[in-house]
Amino acid sequence: MSEIVLRAEGVGKRFGGFTALSGVDLEVRAGERLGLIGPNGSGKSTFTNCLAGAFPSHDGAFTFKGQKLAGLKSHERARRGLARTFQLPRPFRGMTVIDNIRVPLAYAGRDAATDERAMECLESVELAAKANRMPKELTQVELRRLELARATALKPELLIADEAMAGLSHAEVDQILALLFRLNEAGTTIIMIEHVMRAVTEFSQRLAVLVAGKKVADGEPRAVLSMPEVEEAYLGR
Amino acid sequence: MSDTALPALPSPAPRRMGHGSFWIVTIIIGLLVALALRGLGSEYGYFAATFVLQYIVLATAWNILGGYAGYVNFGAAAFFAAGAYTTVAMGKALGLSLLPCIALAALVGGALGFGTGILTLRLRGAYFAIATLCLSVVLQTLVVNWDYVGGSRGAYVLRPREVPWPFDGYSGLLCTVMVAMAAASVAISRTIQKSRLGLGLTALRDDEAAAEAAGVPTLKLKLIATSISGAMMAAAGAPLPYLGSYVEPNTAFGMAYAVNAIAMPLIGGMGTWSGPLIGAVLLASLQQAATVTISSAANLMIVGVVLVGFVCLAPHGIVGLFRGRR
Repeated sequence: MSEIVLRAEGVGKRFGGFTALSGVDLEVRAGERLGLIGPNGSGKSTFTNCLAGAFPSHDGAFTFKGQKLAGLKSHERARRGLARTFQLPRPFRGMTVIDNIRVPLAYAGRDAATDERAMECLESVELAAKANRMPKELTQVELRRLELARATALKPELLIADEAMAGLSHAEVDQILALLFRLNEAGTTIIMIEHVMRAVTEFSQRLAVLVAGKKVADGEPRAVLSMPEVEEAYLGR
Repeated sequence: MSDTALPALPSPAPRRMGHGSFWIVTIIIGLLVALALRGLGSEYGYFAATFVLQYIVLATAWNILGGYAGYVNFGAAAFFAAGAYTTVAMGKALGLSLLPCIALAALVGGALGFGTGILTLRLRGAYFAIATLCLSVVLQTLVVNWDYVGGSRGAYVLRPREVPWPFDGYSGLLCTVMVAMAAASVAISRTIQKSRLGLGLTALRDDEAAAEAAGVPTLKLKLIATSISGAMMAAAGAPLPYLGSYVEPNTAFGMAYAVNAIAMPLIGGMGTWSGPLIGAVLLASLQQAATVTISSAANLMIVGVVLVGFVCLAPHGIVGLFRGRR
């Protein structure tokens, strides 16, 4: 069995009087494809933001590759190999597509900051032909690919794909899925946060379910999806 | 090993000048400008050129934080005046001449920029702009109540009678120093824009959270930008007391500096090294022409009209017009 790359222990986060996350435990093994699902407001994005260092968690701790993440800023976590994409694509709009890739190559220091390497990242998401375009000239699915290319330029051990398929057509979902499968085959551990259930079930080797900030299920996808508490969370009583 | 061919590089971008070549070209242009002004040999010519050149430094310095990093600083006058009053204080306390005063002013401005950054860079947008405006008010109040540098009455700074060869007078020396400072500021700005630092600043200007997620240490970069920008703005202000032999708080902290520092990069093209240069040359020349032909009071009105025109018709400035809409 492969080693544990990420361990979340009792992670909690509050916004004022509202508890967004409470006592979430999660383990992810190297090379694994984990689906993290839950209804809107269940705490998936809060979990991602706490893990990526966008804001601190109030309780618990994250351990990544055996090292505690507490106190590390987002860019320090990124440099350690923890990459994320955003729910809504957030390209650097004032620079070309290839410059978007040069940023992580230049700053994360995990890979050679060369034009050739930047082009390889773009080629891996089939965006090489648009290297000199501006982000505003890209379609929605191309922007999603650019997000993935920017994340992969960090050469991450763990990638959190936060709703990378939201708003895409059936065919476009397949394209992104294929990209994620390729990344995983190349050795990247992936946490997929998604509402497109077809994609989640096709991709994930294991599913974890958050409901109202608590983890209610964790296991083999089909077994998890047939659990009464999961059905209840998605379909109501 | 995969036998897949490496992806082709994108169609070649226009070949750009290296940092070293750009510095050499800037030094040559600076020397030519200095020689041309020396050839002109007019006191007014020196004064007008010094006026335009100090705005090139000020606008270029402002652009490093405001244009590259997207943090709008309304407190340019505070940094400029900090430079001017460093000259007054150091001249009085240690009898230092202009060049060491400029170096000290840059240190003071850099420290002020760093301190301001530490205190305010967690603010964004209008909140940051207001905080920098407050800095100007606080600093002016301190200077008004600081008798050593003349307080609200102001301070006289006498120009040295002797000037070194090859200068024909202190105005010529002052103008040549400003030419050197303007050339250096443009070269520094261009070096930053084309460097890793410039790439990181542009990334955080576009999206700070995404920049962090891409490994960019945003707070560190912003502190570097505020320090460099502050140092250059203060250096721009250091020669001010020698320009008119007198300085007082209302002039040194004048709104004209704060407004021009923003208007010039905006009109020339923010976020590019050449934009503030073009904007400063155009707007400062226009203001000098208006001062001698209409009235000195017309200056800010001209800036206002030109600014409104550019915001409406060419929001990316003159550089944006030439580059075309990307």
